[in-house]
Amino acid sequence: MASNKKYWRSVEELDENSSIVDTLRQNEFVEEIPTDEFLGDKESLETSSTTRRDFLKYVGFTTAAASLAACEGPVKKAIPYIVQPNEVIPGVADYYATTIADGFDFANVLVKVREGRPIKIEPNKEALGSTNARVQASVLSLYDDFRLKEPTANGESISWADADTQIANKLARVKSSGKSVVFLTGTDASPSTASLIASLGEDVNHVIYDAVSESAAADAYEAIYGSRALPSYDFSKAKTIVSVGADFLGDWQGGGFDGGYAKGRIPNGGTMSHHIQIESNMTLSGANADVRVMVRPSEQHVAMTKLYEAVVNGISTRESTPLANAINKAVAQIKNAGTNAVVVTGVQDKNIQLLALAINNYIQSEAMNVLVTNNTRQGNSTKVSQLISDMKAGKVGALIINNSNPVYTLPNSEEFVAALAKVDVTVTCSMSDNETANATQYALAAPHYLESWGMVEMKSGAYSIIQPTIQPLFDTRQFEESILKWSGSEQTYYDYIKTAFAELGASTSWNQALHDGSFSIAIEKEARVNEVDVNAGYKKPTLGGIDALQLELYTKTSLGDGQQANNPWLQELPDPITRATWDNYVTISKVDAVKYGVENWNVSDGAMNGSVVELTVGENTITAPAYIQPGQAQGSLGLALGYGRKSGIKSEMQTGKNAYQLYSDFNKSQYNVSLKVVEGEHKFACTQLHNTLMGRGDIIKETTLSTYNDPSLNPKKTWNKVPMVSLKHEEVEATTVDLWTEFDRSVGHHFNLSIDLNTCTGCGACVVACHAENNVPVVGKAEVRKSRDMHWLRIDRYYSSDMNEETSEGVGMVQKYAEMEDPSANPTVSFQPLMCQHCNHAPCETVCPVAATSHSRQGQNHMAYNRCVGTRYCQNNCPYKVRRFNWFDYANNAEFDFNMNDDLGKMVLNPDVTVRTRGVMEKCSMCIQMTQASILKAKKDGRPVKDEEFQTACTNACSTGAMVFGDINDKESKVAKLKEDTRAYHLLEHVGTKPNVVYQVQVRNTEV
Amino acid sequence: MASHYEAPIRQPLILGDKTYHDITVEVAAPVEGKANKQWWIVFGIAVAAFLWGIGCILYTVGTGIGVWGLNKTVGWAWDITNFVWWVGIGHAGTLISAVLLLFRQKWRMGINRSAEAMTIFSVIQAGLFPIIHMGRPWLAYWVLPLPNQFGSLWVNFNSPLLWDVFAISTYLSVSLVFWWTGLLPDFAMLRDRAIRPFQKKIYSLLSFGWTGRAKDWQRFEEVSLVLAGLATPLVLSVHTIVSMDFATSVIPGWHTTIFPPYFVAGAVFSGFAMVNTLLIIMRKVSNLEAYITIQHIELMNIVIMITGSIVGCAYITELFIAWYSGVEYEQYAFLNRATGPYWWAYLLMMTCNVFSPQFMWSKRLRTSIMFSFFISIVVNIGMWFERFVIIVTSLHRDYLPSSWTMFSPTFVDIGIFVGTIGFFFVLFLLYSRTFPVIAQAEVKTILKSSGDNYKRFRDAGGVNPDADKLNKK
Repeated sequence: MASNKKYWRSVEELDENSSIVDTLRQNEFVEEIPTDEFLGDKESLETSSTTRRDFLKYVGFTTAAASLAACEGPVKKAIPYIVQPNEVIPGVADYYATTIADGFDFANVLVKVREGRPIKIEPNKEALGSTNARVQASVLSLYDDFRLKEPTANGESISWADADTQIANKLARVKSSGKSVVFLTGTDASPSTASLIASLGEDVNHVIYDAVSESAAADAYEAIYGSRALPSYDFSKAKTIVSVGADFLGDWQGGGFDGGYAKGRIPNGGTMSHHIQIESNMTLSGANADVRVMVRPSEQHVAMTKLYEAVVNGISTRESTPLANAINKAVAQIKNAGTNAVVVTGVQDKNIQLLALAINNYIQSEAMNVLVTNNTRQGNSTKVSQLISDMKAGKVGALIINNSNPVYTLPNSEEFVAALAKVDVTVTCSMSDNETANATQYALAAPHYLESWGMVEMKSGAYSIIQPTIQPLFDTRQFEESILKWSGSEQTYYDYIKTAFAELGASTSWNQALHDGSFSIAIEKEARVNEVDVNAGYKKPTLGGIDALQLELYTKTSLGDGQQANNPWLQELPDPITRATWDNYVTISKVDAVKYGVENWNVSDGAMNGSVVELTVGENTITAPAYIQPGQAQGSLGLALGYGRKSGIKSEMQTGKNAYQLYSDFNKSQYNVSLKVVEGEHKFACTQLHNTLMGRGDIIKETTLSTYNDPSLNPKKTWNKVPMVSLKHEEVEATTVDLWTEFDRSVGHHFNLSIDLNTCTGCGACVVACHAENNVPVVGKAEVRKSRDMHWLRIDRYYSSDMNEETSEGVGMVQKYAEMEDPSANPTVSFQPLMCQHCNHAPCETVCPVAATSHSRQGQNHMAYNRCVGTRYCQNNCPYKVRRFNWFDYANNAEFDFNMNDDLGKMVLNPDVTVRTRGVMEKCSMCIQMTQASILKAKKDGRPVKDEEFQTACTNACSTGAMVFGDINDKESKVAKLKEDTRAYHLLEHVGTKPNVVYQVQVRNTEV
Repeated sequence: MASHYEAPIRQPLILGDKTYHDITVEVAAPVEGKANKQWWIVFGIAVAAFLWGIGCILYTVGTGIGVWGLNKTVGWAWDITNFVWWVGIGHAGTLISAVLLLFRQKWRMGINRSAEAMTIFSVIQAGLFPIIHMGRPWLAYWVLPLPNQFGSLWVNFNSPLLWDVFAISTYLSVSLVFWWTGLLPDFAMLRDRAIRPFQKKIYSLLSFGWTGRAKDWQRFEEVSLVLAGLATPLVLSVHTIVSMDFATSVIPGWHTTIFPPYFVAGAVFSGFAMVNTLLIIMRKVSNLEAYITIQHIELMNIVIMITGSIVGCAYITELFIAWYSGVEYEQYAFLNRATGPYWWAYLLMMTCNVFSPQFMWSKRLRTSIMFSFFISIVVNIGMWFERFVIIVTSLHRDYLPSSWTMFSPTFVDIGIFVGTIGFFFVLFLLYSRTFPVIAQAEVKTILKSSGDNYKRFRDAGGVNPDADKLNKK
């Protein structure tokens, strides 16, 4: 704190002109040192008792001591600024607004930069940005040592100048030869990039290719509305949501719908949306649905047809199959909700997509907006197929690939590689040294989005700006700069987008737009609706024999399309449904598992092993482990895309099998699949091995909307039961009994975290955010298998079981509990984010012999890593099992060769949080470094802290608002109100731990 | 002499025609003689196991606790199982030497020296585990309330682990002092008989200058009594405190008020079994059958039978209370013990600890050397599994099913345990060759009252066999 006080050392200093002060400042020793006097005095020198031998002893000792002290001096590579940049204050983070648009994930983000290093991605909430797990993890992909670090030609490094000359010459030759120049890019949703490519001339072809295709939906939109795009959806406006195979809480049509969806899921005012999910795999959307119907992928076609017939044509079915019944109910719901209903589908068939658009059009769904289009999936499968045949025919003279890895993602990758040989010039702009970069003549190193410029239009009219937050780490140049170079322009891409911005005529200034990260342009568009015959050209899926299985390919919340496969945070992020890490696998229903002899079993240390199966789809065969998945439709299988990368990726990260091989016709549903169990067993690494609640209803409290709305019920006695104990022979609420004397908690802040089980979709963004914020180590597959994952925040997932308190009557206790371990065939699913509960009466605190863990007045349960001797008593005594022990050194250890073991990867570490050494316990701190920073900031400004300033990494990352953090001593804060909500409860209340984390009862809208 | 009178129905505690000199010679024989081949073989095996254990400990300390089989749910397993097991074994020694002294049970004299040696050696093994189970054992001294310069840092007196530190260290020191006090006259005996100067020097150091004056004996008796008084509460307190590591926690299966008495009974149970294991071999090898008689073994078997039954009652009470409490977490914890994935450990525990000691109701079986030895081994296995069942099966499935998992030991877990067994036997084998393994000074005090020859003489109507002998001469 600045102070203007001045201290004088003497009275003389008061006089500015005094010479004494100046003399004193120059002269360190006021009195002369009597060296001459001492050396001159022969007599005393001779009488000195220090002999020659003594002198030598002293010299010897001091030399030895000095050289010993010099041994192994630590070498630190911290280099101070010579000239400190104005905007960088060591210890103070800068935030920059930018945008991720990597072809699969699109989001407006804020980048936290410390001392010039981007270390954390936050959603840019002012620009309505939301981040999923991959976006959160993308900062670590910047510091990936396996990136392409310089341009190469045929595997040899080359200078940019040489590469430019060679490529420009070759392109000119191609143009004169009459062959076409083709740009193959992923969706970049960037009008400026598109116009840049277009500016190269009419004979330049731009093919957009999405690894995971939404081409059918775009085709359908194009058929009706004339332009190629996807409609945008706002699920907050939907009262009834019917989804047929669309995992809209996952990556369907680019994802990002969870925020809107969650708004409709809070039972405020007694209403909430009703969500019906008809699907094959157990997806996040299915897990959150009120009603989930299991169908095989081919039956999704039937479901959509029936829905269309019933809603639009009024022809309802009289069959009484489970599907038909569900459809009838869904139709009634849709009719009831009227314009507040929405039907979405993920079936990759143009006709089926047309049906969905037609239904929404018919009911005038408010949730679907066809004017504001979603531009995040622009790929065109037909054009991609056309390109490959053109290449084979030798019609393509040059192929320039950007932001795409077709050699890995194409199902007919071998054909593509063969066709590449027939193209004269092949160039890849790539961030990683991936399969495609290896297969083309030129591999041009591209920067990460945090090192690039750009402009993106994710939705019509909503523009976002990409700005660099760090100097390029390697000798990279972005794709657009290269185009400008090759076209002979002197302009930089920065100037180019600045001009493009000016041309757009936005109402804000460039600087303001850069600061905000986004700006919008009013769009004027009218819906032109073409009459389309929805049945024209419809081809029923060709099914195999009776025994044929059907495969539904999907993307995981962790790896997505696989471009970030070298990111250890994502590899270790448990799948929200299976809770398996470091793997993809064939999901199979229990019935089919028994039929085909597929088994999953636990070995003696608790880890799961499973059978290995061979899948055959057409001519393609792949061998993968099998995971028995509750909720998997009988006769269907699931398999995640994005795994099995081999090139430009660490050996630890080369996990799983490449399922793109089976992705024929860019269709995630494959209908004629055969399966057989082969020799061998696979070792899974799951973070949760026990799937059901074992009848423990007080862990996840749930109720139905009608019960919740019933005013005659006292929540504390019925659906949010408070445990009762006997005190002096009287039944009292367990929360009122206390062994300890309570101290006054009304002073200062008292932090609470509220987690709404209704709106938590289980997406896992918070888990990665916690990794990044708190330097949580990655431990690798073998350690996860030993139940030693280090996640401070985990999301527990529970399935319902057929055996429960109601059905257990007359069943013996042993049998009851044994059967409770088996989930139902189509279970309801609950997610429960769990971190340290910061108990006010923490069992961990009393047992630590050295008082390394103790409580703060602010409600946070502290962990003093320095003091911890590592007895693990606290871990044993924690009823929530949230404490994590450092079994080994996870940093600077070749055994754990992840980001904390290389200099580049370490740049992502948050300097505000200690990297723990081995032998100490660690756990969630409720982001104390963030709360204290907020408090200090407010103190410096001389004002009280605002409610929204208190955040933790997880609450910041939560796109549904399920997690709310704040100070309950601030009675107006959101969390203080949530704590008093009728839905609020504490986990394991009867233990008497008095946690500072509060959960909100899950309300399901099942009985409509 | 009235003081030598003992009821004729009491069986003799010293068999054969022993004189004071015979006792001296026979007790000193293993020390003065040379070790035979068998001793070297057994000692060699023990040293090998000990070195293997040291290797495993060094590997753990050098690499991290991760080399054990523990995980995020099961934070303690073999480490604390071994700790409690070894502490429990130690209890018999103190019970025999202190409690039986206060109750004037003279049969203790034949076995108390070795039983107490066992106590000390097993407490040393036990003490190893709380140190090496720490993540940072080089900071183990932080659990001591030492004045320090780390700021106002002090230990946490709420923590049962801290109480353990005090309990174990007090126990070790009191036991050691008590044992050594008893050893003084016997060391002096060895000193006086020693021929080689080196041996004489060592034993005179060890005997603290014992002269055998009346004043020495008087002080000796007084100190013994005081120490017995001090050690007696320790028999109860040490394992009570150890049990509080679990009883004061919140984990179902640990959070039980029955633990203190149940643990103490279990400790005495396992301790007597271990004494039987050791002494049945030792009496044979060192030719001490006259001093450690079948009667001794029988009496110890009776203690095993009683304490085993107490432990059995405790097991059943636990099950009953779990059901009676109506708490589903508690009920499941105990159901899971018996029928869950570790049912085999529970079954082993029940069979070894509750079922097997019941054989001791039969006089024929409890006086059978071979059977006693067999049961003593069975009981020790059972008691190890009792601790394993309490620790691991309570932890592996506690409150939240999402964290449930299993534990399996690694070679390091096993190696350290085997190493402590090796260490224990190294100490015990060295002891048996260098220490007077029978409290000969004390035994001599009962020769005339409980010696076989004297008893026979009295039964025959004689008054003083010594006088008779003198007359013969």
